[in-house]
Amino acid sequence: MSITGSMNIWKTFPKGGLTPLPMKTRLKDRALWNASIPPLSIVPLLQHKGYPATCLVHPRETVREGMLIGRADSFSGAHVHSPVPGTVKYIEDITLPWGDKTPAVFIELGGEFSRLGKTVYTHPWDGLRADRLLSILADKGLVGMGSGIPVHRKLTIPEGRTVKTLIINGIECEPYLCSDYRIMVEKPEELISGARIAAAITHPGRTIIALSSDGKDAIGALRKKIKELKADIEVRSLWPKYPQGDEKQLIKVLCGEEISPRGTALDTGTVVLNAGTTLSIYEAVVLQKPLVEKTITVAGRALRKQANLKVRIGTPLSDLVEECGGFVQMPAKIVVGGPMTGWGVSELSAPITKTTAGVLFLSAKEVHDSRKTNCLNCGRCLRSCPMGLQPSALYKWVEHSAYEEARSEGLLDCCECGCCAYTCPAQLPLLREIRAGKMILHSGENV
Amino acid sequence: MKQDIRVSSSPQIHDGASTTNIMWSVFFCLVPSAAWGVAVFGAPALRVLCIALVSTAAAEALCARLFGHPLTLWDGSACVSGLLIGMTMPPGVPFYVPVFASFFAMCVVKWTFGGLGRNWMNPALAGRAFAYFSWTHAMTTWTLPGVLRATDALTGATPLGFLKKEMARNTAFYRSPMEYLRTNGYPRSLFDGGLTDWLNAQILDPLGITLPQGYVDFFFGFMGGSIGEVSSLLLLAGTVFLLARKVLTPAIPAAYFGTFGLLVWIFAGLPFSGEYFSGDVLFHFLSGGLILGAFYMATDIVSSPVSLSGQILYGCGAGLLTFLIRSYGSVPDGTALAILAMNVCVPLMNRVLRPSRFGAGKAGKGRPA
Repeated sequence: MSITGSMNIWKTFPKGGLTPLPMKTRLKDRALWNASIPPLSIVPLLQHKGYPATCLVHPRETVREGMLIGRADSFSGAHVHSPVPGTVKYIEDITLPWGDKTPAVFIELGGEFSRLGKTVYTHPWDGLRADRLLSILADKGLVGMGSGIPVHRKLTIPEGRTVKTLIINGIECEPYLCSDYRIMVEKPEELISGARIAAAITHPGRTIIALSSDGKDAIGALRKKIKELKADIEVRSLWPKYPQGDEKQLIKVLCGEEISPRGTALDTGTVVLNAGTTLSIYEAVVLQKPLVEKTITVAGRALRKQANLKVRIGTPLSDLVEECGGFVQMPAKIVVGGPMTGWGVSELSAPITKTTAGVLFLSAKEVHDSRKTNCLNCGRCLRSCPMGLQPSALYKWVEHSAYEEARSEGLLDCCECGCCAYTCPAQLPLLREIRAGKMILHSGENV
Repeated sequence: MKQDIRVSSSPQIHDGASTTNIMWSVFFCLVPSAAWGVAVFGAPALRVLCIALVSTAAAEALCARLFGHPLTLWDGSACVSGLLIGMTMPPGVPFYVPVFASFFAMCVVKWTFGGLGRNWMNPALAGRAFAYFSWTHAMTTWTLPGVLRATDALTGATPLGFLKKEMARNTAFYRSPMEYLRTNGYPRSLFDGGLTDWLNAQILDPLGITLPQGYVDFFFGFMGGSIGEVSSLLLLAGTVFLLARKVLTPAIPAAYFGTFGLLVWIFAGLPFSGEYFSGDVLFHFLSGGLILGAFYMATDIVSSPVSLSGQILYGCGAGLLTFLIRSYGSVPDGTALAILAMNVCVPLMNRVLRPSRFGAGKAGKGRPA
């Protein structure tokens, strides 16, 4: 097989989507570097989808690097570890970019690192049973970087189900973001080990690493390592189109199966793990390292320099701005996450969490704001929708509070990829209204 | 610093397309062709264009005022309609014709349904059709470009009108519409003869093709017709720009030209040679308002279908109707009427031809009721 996988570089999901996307190439070739350790870390006790962990520390208490500071109380919870050594200053409620309220531990840096700069020991995992591996993943507080679901929960396959395909998702289809790409280029061996561990837990029929066909370096690095290690893993490159990294679209392309909009990947016998998550599985099992570090892209024209960084969880955004040389112009928007699905924030005190894939400081020119007009019925939203919906129609139903009509038009199928609002020439807040409509329908269901 | 930063829900970026820049790019792509009309038809053409633009803008402003909307002239949609109305009129039309056409287009077609984005017909075409049926004589009295004018005659027919008028007579002596025009004295420019000879000698002869005289005039715009429809070259240049900027969706014009060309090729030769598959496709593409209609009118984003399948059906329908009207109707061109008829079908197409929903009826927890 050739390096580019020539026969399938055009392969992609069939319906809608956006191509080409801006701002991808400029950052791709910048190697990862370690960001400085923040003097004050803000560690939320809730960093995934679920409930906050129970706080185990008190103000003025000394914590070690990697010490457990928040205990998950249930199967769907995730432990939280201290990313730095130091002293707990106080514990205070904060609001996360996506609106969840959670207590957060403020840790002032001080004392000696127990891992940083020390010799790293590797731990063999060959003989370990699946349940032992799962409990390691739970102990280390692993959370899916894309989905926010605890990894031990995701990899626990219910009785009677079999996994046909394990997909390592290295697509990273959002503009700007390329931290997963850097992981695949710089740490192919670790990534492959992570994939093998995940395979040892789920026993899939086949394992696929999926990535974008414009990432030649990563494809080359992975193919070479797979050959060297004689790993039973396929590398599949797909046409760079947004939202190719969405679980449903990815499964549609790689396995040829469509999941019902409200179904899960496991319905088709598939488990999808993000590339960053796979690396954290390796680090948790082989290096016995809890999830306290994260690879992110920090980008946007408001910054003096843009970078792919390894940062401690809990680093406030203000430290990242400093790391990148400060602002050359005032950002018009600050975004936590990718530009298509990320959350806008106004405060530089927001911390990096386990699911943050990047932070963007966008200039007004990158945001492309213009005046809102009437819907033109141009159909761009419909033609860009990967779920085959009519976003403008949904928008109008929701605007007129006709939620049941919107439901029958597929409101709840929306995957919130944002393609519709991205292409709308009338600048209508299509996704905002659709999301509002979904929330109203969901709250009705729970009553 | 804080107040400068906007917090909004995703997506946080936009591709930069806006109503304003779509409308103004269409406007500026039409300008060269309108300017060509002024160049060949002279001051009367400029007068018609100006009257159409000013009265459309006035009608838009008046309606916005009446319906209590903020002034929407900046979005450019009224200016595009105004320019198109002017461009689809004969150069020598009396001043009140574009005025009434503009007011009908804006007040009746566009604003009674709620203004921008709500009209169910292309306002410019509806205005033109209104004028056509109200002042048929004025709307069918054509001027020839200055270079084609014989000393005594100021008026002359469009090629299609010329053909249609004489079709009742026996055309079987002629092999093609172009030959018919040539033999019966439809004027041609010296430029046409010169360039055709040069093309044949330098490029086409080695390929074994001969281009008959007449087509060069059609392509560059030396023929009778509406102000803005005669220069195929400049219209196509604007189209290339709009396609490259992704303002135009290629599906509609592709289906339109495809269907129309195929039908012409199969059937349009019958009155001449009596044979199938001998129609003169090039003649029909370059004459009348087909290029203006297919690229700038049928693709009007407001009054065309939203889904790809809808757009293809719409283009095919417009092609079929244009062919039927041109070949068998009483109107020589038919582009405008065909597109208007298809506009009317658009709401139905949008209802029926929609994309299939992802994962419908597939494995999983099943759909909510």
